[in-house]
Amino acid sequence: MQYLPNILFFLLLVAGVGYFTKNIRTVVRNIKLGIPVAISDHKKERYGNVARIALGQSKLLKRPISGALHAIVYLGFIIINIEVLEIIIDGLLGTHRIFAFLGGFYDFLIATFEILALLVLVSVVLFWTRRNVLKIKRFLSPEMKGWPKQDGNIILYFEVVLMGLFLLMNSSDYALQQMGAAHYTQAGSYPVSSLFAGIFDTMSQSSLIVIERTAWWLHITGILIFLNYLYFSKHLHILLAFPNVYFGSVTQKGQFKNNQAVTAEVKMMMDPSADPFAAPAPDAPPPPKFGASDVMDLTQVQLLNAYTCTECGRCTSECPANQTGKKLSPRKIMMDTRDRLQEVSKNIDANAGVFVPDGKQLLKDYISTEELWACTTCNACVEACPLSIDPLSIIMDMRQYLVMEQSAAPSELNGTMTNIENNGAPWPFNQMDRLNWAKE
Amino acid sequence: MSDLLKVPTMADFMAQGKQPEVLFWVGCAGSFDDRAKKITKAFVKLLNNAGVEFAVLGTEESCTGDPAKRAGNEFLFQMQAVTNIEVLNAYKVQKIVTACPHCFNTINNEYPQLGGNFEVMHHTQFLKTLLNDGRLKVEGGKFKGKKITFHDPCYLGRANGEYEAPRDLLRKLEVELVEMKRCKTNGLCCGAGGAQMFKEPEPGNKDINVERTEEAVDTGASIVATGCPFCNTMMTDGVKHKEKEDQVQVMDVAEMIANASEL
Repeated sequence: MQYLPNILFFLLLVAGVGYFTKNIRTVVRNIKLGIPVAISDHKKERYGNVARIALGQSKLLKRPISGALHAIVYLGFIIINIEVLEIIIDGLLGTHRIFAFLGGFYDFLIATFEILALLVLVSVVLFWTRRNVLKIKRFLSPEMKGWPKQDGNIILYFEVVLMGLFLLMNSSDYALQQMGAAHYTQAGSYPVSSLFAGIFDTMSQSSLIVIERTAWWLHITGILIFLNYLYFSKHLHILLAFPNVYFGSVTQKGQFKNNQAVTAEVKMMMDPSADPFAAPAPDAPPPPKFGASDVMDLTQVQLLNAYTCTECGRCTSECPANQTGKKLSPRKIMMDTRDRLQEVSKNIDANAGVFVPDGKQLLKDYISTEELWACTTCNACVEACPLSIDPLSIIMDMRQYLVMEQSAAPSELNGTMTNIENNGAPWPFNQMDRLNWAKE
Repeated sequence: MSDLLKVPTMADFMAQGKQPEVLFWVGCAGSFDDRAKKITKAFVKLLNNAGVEFAVLGTEESCTGDPAKRAGNEFLFQMQAVTNIEVLNAYKVQKIVTACPHCFNTINNEYPQLGGNFEVMHHTQFLKTLLNDGRLKVEGGKFKGKKITFHDPCYLGRANGEYEAPRDLLRKLEVELVEMKRCKTNGLCCGAGGAQMFKEPEPGNKDINVERTEEAVDTGASIVATGCPFCNTMMTDGVKHKEKEDQVQVMDVAEMIANASEL
């Protein structure tokens, strides 16, 4: 019976990490539904981007208030995880504060955790105020109604509870250390939690141990629940930020990729020896689809983008179309892509690993043509994203599908394209008049 | 005025067995749009004045395909691209300058994978090199001390990271350069990109060019400078919409330099 807590802890850890791993494998499987992209170029630049944009949060800090608050929570998240390591070892071995042997450095570590925990609490309260009290436009968009709003708040509540439990655990531990309770060796420095350790003055040692143990268990359980919540929320960015920034574009933003399937067709058209009436070889693959109407037509990087998006809305708040009341919101493009991908994922799970067509697709069932045609391709959304997500590439791929597969461009654009095709200019002017300006 | 402009074509150069220093890619707007033609002419005057041996393709030029690509017609874009590339390669063109950021972006970034490798410059970048080489003189003239704001064209700025060349030229004009709140990487689009120029905007509560013009007018600038024929149209329309034609002018950087030297 002596080892019961250790065994319980082990089971809890296995369950928590196991379920999380299962869901991450689902994410990987879903991303692989996309078109593979071979990215092995610009390694140095890509790692540089990860260091600067993902770790260094350079783009987040462009908005100083939310950027600084985020940096605090992020720093807290990273550093306090050292404490989680100690908790896991203690839990498995039945020890208490196993890193205490570090002496003065341990004091420094615990003190840092405590100060960060307090700063995180303050930041989270400010975040909550920004989301719920202040009327910040990017949190009030139509796509942020309901679950996305709730999701954002739930994550903040998680942080409050976890930091609260962490400080409660430390303060009761500190009180027990002061009492000289057995098993509670004098270790650590508690600049924050010692401040309110006074509330335990009247308590007996045994009830204090109950409080300390409860806080300890709830804290680690909470962390495991939070870990597993990631998959169900917008919060996967804490992990996916790194690969996403790595795979982000390293070329000029103005360079839109050329559609290879189209290049093949154009090459054939330009080849005088190609027979346009030749029947395809019997084993020829079906002709490729031009552009994207569903998530499977997007690249794996675009799908990774969708899982990485944390719905901050900086893209939308910079979007000229959105600012002038159009329906387009780049954030919604990413949210829709992810929602559709999750729908496809559930479909695959329910049908023994095979996607059974459900009569739905990303285009029109999620993203309307009105949204797609409102884009000016100005790259403001791409520039604004703190994690190198590219909503514009999805918009362009879907426009390609509309125009090349469905001939469904707005009628004025059909006229423009006819002009380009017939006389080499978007307007109905004769190509032979192209140099008239020099004679006017 | 027309007898002052020297606009040789690539065919002319080829007939003489010569290569020009640079090909001036005029673009559709620069060729056909009445407002943009003035920018084209101003730029040609500067080239003539600096003694640059340039040529145009003239009737052999065709749309780069930018509006087609951004409208989703990748097929039309690539057809335009490969035919243009064939013409350019046939003339052994190496260096291209264009007064349109859309042409600049497309030829610079999207032609290489289709076999078109050229050194491409936006006209503000080219003018700056002329200035640095002492071939072009930029003086304040009538713009000296005037309050001027620069509207970053998306396809020059964010799309290609060029924010300074046009500003450096404006500073040379000794103007008082005032920035809009949304400038450089945060610049607000004029509303024309992505083939929006050729269609009505989607329903909303405001036109993008009006939003941008309001911001430009709020700086108190008497001239909104830009480097794109489409931005020029959108901003000019915006100024008309706000009935500010008497106070605010929209001009291309090249026009301003030509004007200042009274060319």
